[in-house]
Amino acid sequence: MGILEVKGVNKRFGGLQALGDVNLSVKENSVHAIIGPNGAGKSTLLNVLVGKLIPDTGSVMFDGKSVLGRAPYEINQMGISRVFQTPEIFGDLTVLENMLIPCFAKRDGAFEMNAITSVLSQRDVIEKAEHMLEEMNMADKQHMHAAALSRGDKRRLEIGMCLSQEPRLLLLDEPTAGMARADTNNTIDLLKQINEERNITIVIIEHDMHVVFSLADRITVLAQGSPLVEDDPQNIRGNPLVREAYLGEKA
Amino acid sequence: MLGMNKNDTTMLLLVAVLTMLAPFILNPFPTESGWAQFNAGYPDLMQRFVIFGIFAIGFNILFGLTGYLSFGHAAFLGIGSYSAVWMFKLLSMNVIPAILLSVAMAGVFALVIGYISLRRSGIYFSILTLAFAQMSFNLAYSVLTPITNGETGLQLTLNDPRILGLSQTADGSIPVTSLFGLEMRSTFEMVLGPWAFQFNVGYYLSALVLLAAFYLSIRIFRSPFGLMLRAVKSNQQRMNYTGLNTRPYTLAAFVISGMYAGLAGGLLASMDPLAGAERMQWTASGEVVLMTILGGAGTLIGPVLGAGFIKYFENIFSKINENVLHGWFGALPDGLEDLLVTLVYPFVGKGWHMTLGILFVLVVVFLPGGLVEGGQRIAAWLRRKKAGKNTPTSTIEPAE
Ligand SMILES: Nc1ncnc2c1ncn2[C@@H]1O[C@H](COP(=O)(O)OP(=O)(O)OP(=O)(O)O)[C@@H](O)[C@H]1O
Ligand SMILES: [Mg+2]
Repeated sequence: MGILEVKGVNKRFGGLQALGDVNLSVKENSVHAIIGPNGAGKSTLLNVLVGKLIPDTGSVMFDGKSVLGRAPYEINQMGISRVFQTPEIFGDLTVLENMLIPCFAKRDGAFEMNAITSVLSQRDVIEKAEHMLEEMNMADKQHMHAAALSRGDKRRLEIGMCLSQEPRLLLLDEPTAGMARADTNNTIDLLKQINEERNITIVIIEHDMHVVFSLADRITVLAQGSPLVEDDPQNIRGNPLVREAYLGEKA
Repeated sequence: MLGMNKNDTTMLLLVAVLTMLAPFILNPFPTESGWAQFNAGYPDLMQRFVIFGIFAIGFNILFGLTGYLSFGHAAFLGIGSYSAVWMFKLLSMNVIPAILLSVAMAGVFALVIGYISLRRSGIYFSILTLAFAQMSFNLAYSVLTPITNGETGLQLTLNDPRILGLSQTADGSIPVTSLFGLEMRSTFEMVLGPWAFQFNVGYYLSALVLLAAFYLSIRIFRSPFGLMLRAVKSNQQRMNYTGLNTRPYTLAAFVISGMYAGLAGGLLASMDPLAGAERMQWTASGEVVLMTILGGAGTLIGPVLGAGFIKYFENIFSKINENVLHGWFGALPDGLEDLLVTLVYPFVGKGWHMTLGILFVLVVVFLPGGLVEGGQRIAAWLRRKKAGKNTPTSTIEPAE
């Protein structure tokens, strides 16, 4: 059984079937890519996974526990972190302060706040945040307002914020969109590294096939709200159905 | 110093100097001069400056940090005042227990009202707080008359069953509020040439409380808790997806700011032991919003400036009547005098609200950061000017 099991999920928006009978099984420690044309329901699926949307029917199990009916912050505490399609960061705060928030939220591996230690000692948290920024190559920007960052930097900051909490499952919604080629390659390396060294399972939505084929162990193609095929990357590349539904469009 | 960085320490010291020297600073004009009416250095008004400063500092912890705009904070001010007066009636004329009860009662009410109101955000939150405050006002005004004495307001009487203390003094009058015997109303007057400066016990007690309240707010702003509150304002969604339930944070901020309001209400009653429902009216809630925005929401010192500014207007501008204006413009030819008086009159005296309104609009439109932003811009302009002077002037010499 996979670490994430999605079974028979349906979601309608009025007359639009955004998700139709979605089944998905993500193996632990793998990188699972979800690709599909615009409006296929990829982001909607992530919304269901993190508790932003409640599906009409179906079940979502993470590590053997259902996530449905839990608040987003509880699902995050279970170990699911998400990077959004449009970066969700704290625009009014500095880059360092942005990084401090997840570090304070999950301190010493736990989400419980200890009132006394959080008043008395903060040095360790600040050090952790600074270290994380160095790892993301953003140390020189730590006193900038996050709103002033480039789109690519915002997304890297968001990825760093998610990683600082050491999630078990990282959901990425088009993480390299708006990034320069060099940053895209850095991000690919970073994601490879966190997947291999920290054993973080990754579900990635991506339009950039270079990114998909560099990272993915397994690919699901979503079209009009339903999985078209799920297979290994080399088979997806040659699959005529996929070429027609998705890759063909790009050519 | 005291766990603060250099800027914050400077700011606290600045506030300390301003409040301690206020009797001088606010009385720049000799008593007999025509300008004396612009003096604000009398005890009653100075007390209002600092007490409403405390109210606004507390309000800013909620509004400035989290962005939740409460339109009902006057309810906590009123609750604080009623609690204090009851303490004077039942227990003792000492202000300490009265103020403690004020803060505690305001905290309890803020917990209940905040718990319910914070289930919504944005405009719905504001409306909920407004509704609760109006409800409190109406309860105080009519339904709860046995506790609040309705329209008349709650006052001390000659028959109060004061446990620790006398119901009336030896000469048959109502005892006065004090701090372990030090009477709040006692004032020392210092005459220096044509000036007269007043030093009042109640004012200095309130000013010390303001300093403590200001220090606490600095610590809150700079703490991880303050950071979380600013993060709530910036992006609640990201908070939720970072494993943080924002409700306890916002509720804590709401209760703290409610307790600040209760503290201010308790101090008001300690200076003058009466409490009326009008203290809880929505206009009073609106006033603290104005103070905070006018001074600079989310800045440390802004609310204090805003409170001083508005209270000065309320008490000084409102006293300029037609006669005063004729006095000012008396030297001019009659026609011109009447014209000027007619033009200026709507903006002073009873019209002070209009001037305040116009100023408020100007500030919000041109200085969204309030008076603090105004100060920063002037400082930056001065710095630029100074820097400009040092650069070679050859380029700006006029061509002949
Ligand atoms: N909250 C919503 N209410 C109504 N319709 C929605 C909502 N969210 C998404 N949709 C619709 O559902 C469909 C799927 O949207 P979704 O954002 O999941 O697509 P996507 O695969 O992520 O596309 P893209 O590649 O453009 O990001 C779209 O037609 C979209 O308009
Ligand atoms: Mg999408």
